[in-house]
Amino acid sequence: MARVVVDVMLKPEILDPQGQAVQRALPRLGFEGISDVRQGKRFELEVDGPVDDAALARIHELAESFLANTVIEDFTVKVEEVAEAAK
Amino acid sequence: MSRTPLDTVEHAAATPDVEQPWAELGLNKDEYARIREILGRRPTGAELAMYSVMWSEHCSYKSSKVHLRQFGEKAPQSEAMLVGIGENAGVVDVGQGYAVTFKVESHNHPSYVEPYQGAATGVGGIVRDIIAMGARPVAVVDPLRFGAADHPDTRRVLPGVVAGISGYGNCLGLPNIGGEVVFDACYQGNPLVNAGAIGVMRHEDIHLAKASGAGNKVILYGARTGGDGIGGASILASETFDDAKPSKRPAVQVGDPFQEKLLIECTLEAFREKLVVGIQDLGAAGLSCATSELASNGSGGMRVELDDVPLRDSTLSPEEILMSESQERMCAVVEPAKVDRFLEICEKWDVIATVIGEVTDGDRLEIYWHGGKIVDVDARTVAHEGPVYDRPYARPDWQDALQADDAAKLPRPESSDELRAQVLKLVGSPNQASKAWITSQYDHLVQGNTVLARTEGDSGMIRVDEETGLGVAIATDGNGRYAKLDPYTGAQLALAEAYRNVAATGAKPLAVSDCLNFGSPEDPAVMWQFVEAVRGLADGCLQLGTPVTGGNVSLYNQTGEAAIHPTPVVAVLGVIDDVARRTPAAFREEGQLIYLLGDTEPEFGGSAWSQVIHDHLGGLPPKVDLERERLLGEILISASRDGMVDAAHDLSDGGLIQAVVESALEGGTGARLVVPDGLDAFTFLFSESAGRAIVSVPRSEELRFTDMCGARGLPATRIGVVDGDAVEVQGEFTLPLAELRSAHEGVIEGLLA
Amino acid sequence: MTTRIGVVTFPGSLDDRDAQRAVRIAGAEPVALWHKDKDLKQVDAVILPGGFSYGDYLRAGAISRFSPVMETLIEQAKAGLPVLGICNGFQILAETHLLPGAMLRNNHLHFVCRDQKLRVENADTAWTSDYAAGQEILIPLKNADGRYTADEYTLDKLEAEGRVAFRYLTDGPEADGYGNPNGSLRNIAGITNEAGNVVGLMPHPEHAVESLTGGGTDGLPFFTSILKKLVTA
Repeated sequence: MARVVVDVMLKPEILDPQGQAVQRALPRLGFEGISDVRQGKRFELEVDGPVDDAALARIHELAESFLANTVIEDFTVKVEEVAEAAK
Repeated sequence: MSRTPLDTVEHAAATPDVEQPWAELGLNKDEYARIREILGRRPTGAELAMYSVMWSEHCSYKSSKVHLRQFGEKAPQSEAMLVGIGENAGVVDVGQGYAVTFKVESHNHPSYVEPYQGAATGVGGIVRDIIAMGARPVAVVDPLRFGAADHPDTRRVLPGVVAGISGYGNCLGLPNIGGEVVFDACYQGNPLVNAGAIGVMRHEDIHLAKASGAGNKVILYGARTGGDGIGGASILASETFDDAKPSKRPAVQVGDPFQEKLLIECTLEAFREKLVVGIQDLGAAGLSCATSELASNGSGGMRVELDDVPLRDSTLSPEEILMSESQERMCAVVEPAKVDRFLEICEKWDVIATVIGEVTDGDRLEIYWHGGKIVDVDARTVAHEGPVYDRPYARPDWQDALQADDAAKLPRPESSDELRAQVLKLVGSPNQASKAWITSQYDHLVQGNTVLARTEGDSGMIRVDEETGLGVAIATDGNGRYAKLDPYTGAQLALAEAYRNVAATGAKPLAVSDCLNFGSPEDPAVMWQFVEAVRGLADGCLQLGTPVTGGNVSLYNQTGEAAIHPTPVVAVLGVIDDVARRTPAAFREEGQLIYLLGDTEPEFGGSAWSQVIHDHLGGLPPKVDLERERLLGEILISASRDGMVDAAHDLSDGGLIQAVVESALEGGTGARLVVPDGLDAFTFLFSESAGRAIVSVPRSEELRFTDMCGARGLPATRIGVVDGDAVEVQGEFTLPLAELRSAHEGVIEGLLA
Repeated sequence: MTTRIGVVTFPGSLDDRDAQRAVRIAGAEPVALWHKDKDLKQVDAVILPGGFSYGDYLRAGAISRFSPVMETLIEQAKAGLPVLGICNGFQILAETHLLPGAMLRNNHLHFVCRDQKLRVENADTAWTSDYAAGQEILIPLKNADGRYTADEYTLDKLEAEGRVAFRYLTDGPEADGYGNPNGSLRNIAGITNEAGNVVGLMPHPEHAVESLTGGGTDGLPFFTSILKKLVTA
């Protein structure tokens, strides 16, 4: 089994008030030196079978048509190594 | 793999001396001994789990029960009462074949720990109570109390609570039509998040939580069961399984309003097709509560296969499954022939539904796990025959000193300028300021039947029948400051205010529900407050002819030794034949006459003025005259029905000036007031005498209206006229509406946003 | 022959009954449509109602957009079937790209429910012909994700083609319903497609059809507009 991670972020030009709210809170919490915060979504897809090019292409399509709204969001797809739990 | 044997009934009988963690589960020694006596053996782990949650204060009302009985014993004769205390919620006949169910519940502690989810799941719980009666929920209300408005933690708690109510309630499509927001330092570590809901059904659709008819199936539907809210049960889990550590249990329950919306629709569809014999929501104590209550309320017993419960977390032990408080679940009893159709409806709404057991002959609740019988009890002993305590109570020794510290002795404004400044300060204080920042986060329009919400009227009002215009009104009120000064009177003042608020909109008060928020019952002073408040409320309801249909008790609201003010919150439900006749609060028509109904005495104990200007709490609360309240109510209802008044607003905290300012700002039209003979301006403006309201009367109706008041013996004093764009008190001051608006609005978001 | 207007119920739709009531008050026959059903029951027009379909999970409207009913609807809308998307319905229409742009979380991050002043910018669509261009109306607004966004090119194009159907009015006191309630670009409250048969807006006209419950009747012309169009068609 493998995990594919899809990260979805608002496009840089789109206003992100949630990220801004987080950033505004940082000085209050004593965190300095962070000039911008943007909030996104992370999807973890547990894939049965091998993550080959065909599978990745399908996931890419899924991300583009469903997980992200490309009018406002960008996305990245990456395969994550899952450490096999020691039994 | 080494596993200790499953703690079955057989195993328990054979191993009487096994140590059991009854203390960790919140039971005391006597209670544990009583369980052993009932069973004639030691309980199994699963049985111990069930008894411990069902005998908890929260589920059993063991400290309050002896006093709550008064609500039944002193209940006034009322033909409106269809279902009384003891069911999920009371049911009231509102005419034309309609019945209404309503209830208020507390979700105080969870909302302090995690404000958003605590408040959200509070809404979810009360709404499931309503659908479990067979009703379609039509509105919610939220009486809220927080610590000081300028305390840093209030900035954490209040926005979270409001967002939680908004996020969950709005997503369910239930209009939020009322409630309260009160700030007081006494609630700093114990905010009160009470949630109320109203549901409507036809008389023939009333459903009760009971399992009857041997062979009928028990269906669990809704969300999967996870390890939510099981706290103590993990102790049992670790005893049962010594090799497989349970996975981490969530400390905070997360609500899923979408799931709840599906649950509502699918339940109502099943009701419409008459598929349901009995139904129960899963709230506190989860399956333990649902199975034991269904079984003990019905004519039969119940057999449950716990392996069939759909799980979110496969590591859960049977004890944990029984105690889990996972949200958005319901349990229905369905005849075998109708099971397929019931499951079809669930599938239509994408709701998981599973038959987990059936109704049996006899009175035993039997639960099986992996083929072994792990529970075999008389369901009544779990659900209804828990311990009852008559805890010691005593009037606290500080009560006399508190009452002697009379607010009438506080320095009063010495000039018109000072009076004017105090009015501005009062209407801009957090408790008296506009709550629009909060209420604008709630959807009050959805379902398209909201006639009054927010500040439009003294009570929220919902149309029940589009053809006839039949409607219901609800108001919730409570004043912890009054109750601290005198709990008996304080409870009656809460009742009187809610009653008055309902009548002010033109609806006839019919029934009462309550949410009684107090400190620790183990403190005799707190217990005395509770006893007095219950007595006051029961006596008051008897006198006003409005029975208590049910309610909720929340105890242990205290931080260390410091208890909150005793805070009985009272909800009054009323009915109006035609919502088109409702009376709003706004002054709109210039030239209309403003009348003050009732008598004004110099009463300032517990008043908003004493709090805002002097940070003082002492003396006696305003006197209560319930006969006068009833008369005032009759006048307000008649005036509404016969079109004699265009606006009405009750007088309560903040006194007359607060009410006038609210009515003026709401309508965008000012008022010119004259201080009546026999009163000084200060008392006229700030007194909080009960049994009063202001109305605006069209000149054409003046004679008819004053004749009616005169004939029935209600003092009605002409105090001014609706006019202009300022609130003017002749000979004292003028406050332009713009200045009032800027003082009254923006206060809450300024402090909290 | 009565005019039949479909109202789709998705799981989590909330204002579907309200939209049906508005259709009835306007004199047409409301027809309930179900999201799992591709059949539009031969209705003359369709309303996608407000609510939180699928709990607004993922993005508002993103999951509903893939419902079976939407397959037929997209096809027929492209062929001219009048479609009105209100609030969540507008969000769904944007997700289908029948209307351009997207709705984001309100700039103040709160759900907001208020009476909102709007200007009708385009009175030539299927759903706005009973208004006069430039007419100012008061319609309730209630949403958490109402901030209309599109790129500059699209915004300019919408403006040039007269496809901004409604704009939030900002030149007056907030107490009277003025102001941009959510940070929508260019104060856009609603838009139409090129043909004028598909209209979406965030405010709720179906909650302004009875003076008793909505505080006015400024929303009724939406429903009488479509009725007249269909009757005279």
